[in-house]
Amino acid sequence: MTLAPSFALLVATTSWAPNIFFWIIAVVALVSALKMVTTDNVVHASLYLLVVLAAVAAVYIILGAEFAAATQVMVYIGAILVLLLFGVMLTRARLGSDDDLNHDQRWIGALVAVALGAVMGYSLWEAFEDVQLPDDRAVQRTSEVADSIFGSYIVPFEAISVLLLAALIGAVVVARRD
Amino acid sequence: MWLNQFLFFAAALFCIGVYGVLTRKNAVLMLMSIELILNAVNINLVAFGSFNQDISGQVFALFVIAVAAAEVGVGLAIVLLIYRNRRSIDVTEADLLQG
Repeated sequence: MTLAPSFALLVATTSWAPNIFFWIIAVVALVSALKMVTTDNVVHASLYLLVVLAAVAAVYIILGAEFAAATQVMVYIGAILVLLLFGVMLTRARLGSDDDLNHDQRWIGALVAVALGAVMGYSLWEAFEDVQLPDDRAVQRTSEVADSIFGSYIVPFEAISVLLLAALIGAVVVARRD
Repeated sequence: MWLNQFLFFAAALFCIGVYGVLTRKNAVLMLMSIELILNAVNINLVAFGSFNQDISGQVFALFVIAVAAAEVGVGLAIVLLIYRNRRSIDVTEADLLQG
């Protein structure tokens, strides 16, 4: 037996391994998110956003949603982040640190965020306390996702196709120079 | 694994995103913070999909990702238009509607 399959087997069969991975990923993601909203460099903020998006893709893998993780990497990291960097470039943001990115009343925002977190944390704890995810939960296969999208969710799928087309045409019309 | 560890992680990400939207003046940074909020929602959807052993959670997350792509496209177009007209993307300076 080669090393790679046996390592994969170890990760898949022990219950503590996903937990350790989850906590490492969660800490990395939350620290990066905090740095993203506090840094004074626009390009650094987008790089921190990259770390957060990759960590969220890893959380999808832990939850067994492999197609959502692949889509997260392709659409968010591959497309949306590049689009945001285009926005940074086209608006001639100051490269290097810029001390004019935040409002003066920062503490009001912090107060709202902490209050929101307290309310959500309390209600989540009241509702789910220590409910466990099922131990024998199956990986949600890509073929099942396809069956679901092109079966029971075919109408929302078509609607979202038209929405995306309308949004992209609208973006071209709005941003066109004339 | 607890269900709640994913939900708390998502809630913390959501709150950081809300803080970013409320404190940033730069419109591109506001759009980035909105992405954080949408990702927090997606984690919740996928976590409940895994909890209920139902594929719908993952499908809904995919729909949210598609809507987020559309939102960023239109949002950046609007930001570029504001920049072209006012030479600045400071959202506190875009106050034409203020009486």
